Amino acid sequence: MGPWTVLTVAGELDVVGGPDLRQYIMTATQAGSSHLVLDLTGVDFIDSFGLGVLVGALKRTRLAGGDVRLVIPEPRIRRVLEVCDLDRVFHIVETVGSATGDAPPGENP
Amino acid sequence: MTDSPFPVGHVVLEIPARTELVSLVRLVVASAAEIGPDMAIERVEDLRVAVSEATTNAIEAQVESGSQARIGIRCAVSADEVVVRIHDEGGGFDPDGLRALPDPGSPERLEYESGLGVHLMRALADETEISSTPSGTDVRLVVYSSKRSPTR
Repeated sequence: MGPWTVLTVAGELDVVGGPDLRQYIMTATQAGSSHLVLDLTGVDFIDSFGLGVLVGALKRTRLAGGDVRLVIPEPRIRRVLEVCDLDRVFHIVETVGSATGDAPPGENP
Repeated sequence: MTDSPFPVGHVVLEIPARTELVSLVRLVVASAAEIGPDMAIERVEDLRVAVSEATTNAIEAQVESGSQARIGIRCAVSADEVVVRIHDEGGGFDPDGLRALPDPGSPERLEYESGLGVHLMRALADETEISSTPSGTDVRLVVYSSKRSPTR
């Protein structure tokens, strides 16, 4: 697994669920994890609030020399990121294995 | 309501400005859209996100302004499109005053933790009209049943 910390996220990443995710990420980064894999396989819905939380996580981890990778197998969820060009900002993969197994951390796309 | 020549159904919701109700609005509008005979499933998804953005903005505007008015969501489903109108009595905003998104490769892009909502609405709905004054905002979203607007 290397240095990656995998956070499993489920539910709806909107104005209600987004703040919970922000807190979850904050707890992980405060505990020293700066290389995060956010497994969004169980996410049913995302809107701009959820996207904002993801961008905040990326900013926060990069400041600490880390990175965020997203696991999004569902095209419906991936499309929302694509519409905002965030597929060019985040490293997005379809399985947790491919998020933690390949390139060494610090190698941003 | 004369949005559509052959309406399949009209659904009207009035909600207090509480963020917990955004998921209910998404559910009701998406369920109403599915009544449309030719509504492609991915168009329902586009509608779900666009409506979520507009409703969240409406609620936040009213919470900010302290208005106790109820937020109105009117949905008209016809064979070829869904029209959703969202009305709030919040403080309004300038929809044309939003900054353009920086290039995804630029570090500045990470400053965009918010402000993507209107961008998403415009990208996912086939028509987006926003009329906003200091006493309220009306958003009209139209999603066609089959044609999907280009992603970029």
